[in-house]
Amino acid sequence: MENQVEIKTQRPRVTLRNLLPEWLWGFVRNPKAMLGTFILLSFVFIGLLAPDIAPLPERGGANRMVGRPHQAPDDEFWFGTTRQGQDVFKQVVHGTRTSLSVGFGAGTIIIILCIIVGITSGYMGGLVDELLSLLMNVFLVLPGLPLVIVISGWVDQPGPYTIGLVLAVTSWAYGARVLRSQTLVIRNSEFVAAARVAGEPSWRIVLFEILPNMISLVVSSWIGAVVFVILTEATLSFLGLGNPNAVSWGTSLYWAQNNQALLTRAWWTFVPPGLCIALVGFSLTLINYGIDEISNPRLRSGEGG
Amino acid sequence: MRFLVRRFLFYLVAAYVAITLNFFLPRLMVGDPVQVMFSKFQGRMDPRAVESLKETFGFVDAPVHEQYFTYLKHLVKGDLGISLTNFPVPVSEVISGSLEWTLRLVGIATIFAFSIGMILGTIAAWRRGKFVDTLILPIASILAAFPYFWIAMLALYYLAHIQGWFPIGHGYNLRLKEDWGDRAYVSSVIEHGMLPMLTVVITALGGWMLGMRNNMINVLAEDYITLAQAKGLSDRRVMLVYAARNAILPSLTGFAMSLGFVIGGALIVEIVFAYPGMGFTLLNSVNGRDYPLMQGIFLMITLSVLAANFFADVIYVLLDPRAR
Repeated sequence: MENQVEIKTQRPRVTLRNLLPEWLWGFVRNPKAMLGTFILLSFVFIGLLAPDIAPLPERGGANRMVGRPHQAPDDEFWFGTTRQGQDVFKQVVHGTRTSLSVGFGAGTIIIILCIIVGITSGYMGGLVDELLSLLMNVFLVLPGLPLVIVISGWVDQPGPYTIGLVLAVTSWAYGARVLRSQTLVIRNSEFVAAARVAGEPSWRIVLFEILPNMISLVVSSWIGAVVFVILTEATLSFLGLGNPNAVSWGTSLYWAQNNQALLTRAWWTFVPPGLCIALVGFSLTLINYGIDEISNPRLRSGEGG
Repeated sequence: MRFLVRRFLFYLVAAYVAITLNFFLPRLMVGDPVQVMFSKFQGRMDPRAVESLKETFGFVDAPVHEQYFTYLKHLVKGDLGISLTNFPVPVSEVISGSLEWTLRLVGIATIFAFSIGMILGTIAAWRRGKFVDTLILPIASILAAFPYFWIAMLALYYLAHIQGWFPIGHGYNLRLKEDWGDRAYVSSVIEHGMLPMLTVVITALGGWMLGMRNNMINVLAEDYITLAQAKGLSDRRVMLVYAARNAILPSLTGFAMSLGFVIGGALIVEIVFAYPGMGFTLLNSVNGRDYPLMQGIFLMITLSVLAANFFADVIYVLLDPRAR
């Protein structure tokens, strides 16, 4: 009899909790991370389904004149029209693609550079570390935005993807430094020493011992880089340093500013694109706070210190 | 002292990198930099002036390393060339005209943002889960995810255009003459500076605050805080003298990273408000293809950031005896 009871309680119950690895379960239970993921996924879907949500005319795309200038939002044009009579809704929907792909593309390049430079520097130590650290610190202290503005001045109207590339090349220093210090901590831990004594080659130690142990830091640095790229690409396009014919949120805001939207009170030309940038940035930041709280429970708000 | 000497040498290296970047960027980016840089002004300028301007940027008939030394030689003499859009005003003069606006804006805004951020961060960490921690902190972090220029646009739209509480741009009433002895001019400068200042403070505040809160939380777990409380010291004293004083130090060392962002943000705010500082001038120089001015402004912004960082290091040494 007793045995039977034991067997019953031991039978694994199929719940979401058992299906997910522990870290993912923590993520799913974190309200901040979930809200962020929900907002972000909505934008990903809008970006993927853009041609279905807002079909484009064959000629002129999202920048084609379809209505009267500066029409307020109504049933036909949900977000109104620009001074050129373009449909703001179409521009915003299709701009989602640009912002997200530039952000995630350049953000990924940045994190790869960070991993290479940061881990090499932290793991190798010695002269290599000294030189790479100097390089990181110099790039950190040089003001990034003015540098990127000057570079886009020389490139002459770079498209959103070129801007993303420039940002990738100039903005890896912060993440690299964060990953370097974490590598230093892990390198001196016992399991790495054990692996070294066991004769594992360096590349194996880096790939299978060090990297998996800082995965949450890598992910949060990656998300931080994506936010940075999305905001900065929008900023540069807004300043008119990009290609003014591109369809992106920053470009929409550039035209709004250039067409005196503030003066003519055409708020619908600058509120929706800006709100989209802010929402995407906010969702990614929320996810990052969630990851932070999962890996460092002390930071949670609302739990008396 | 050794710490400061090391920092100073580091900033020298950083300055040298910036100067070198400035030299190589045009040579890397475009086919024929001389053509791009001067073609627009070829007919309108005295050929001799064009020649001497070329020399300033090292465009002489010589191998690259000699070009580089020519460029460095002019730079050491403080010769940044002539602004093409403001011809024949030297770049250094255009810059010194706009530098003071930016320094004033960023300087005052940073002092405000830093002090308010430190105070609110301290309170948020001390009273976990209370008003500041649960309400102001999320708002500050939401603002940090917003594009600066958009916040500036919204502020300009709502507070200046709709409500009419602030002037809608520029550094002062353009009908007045620039004269610091004139009371009307001074008050117009203050009036025009309020909204840009407010925007920079709001955008920079969140970062300082969040950093301070997290430092405080780490410090509060230290044994000496428990000891201080066990000794029966007042909460206020423990919070300010024992915890906050120590938690502020990492914020000062983080000054370097934040300042770069603050400067970037301030440049953008200037552009939205048509505020006559370095950011506004930089954008105008890029749009006007005024490459000498553009290069000069980049150098000046970089050098100012480095100087400000060194200043933060000095304060750090004064506050933290371990660094001496």
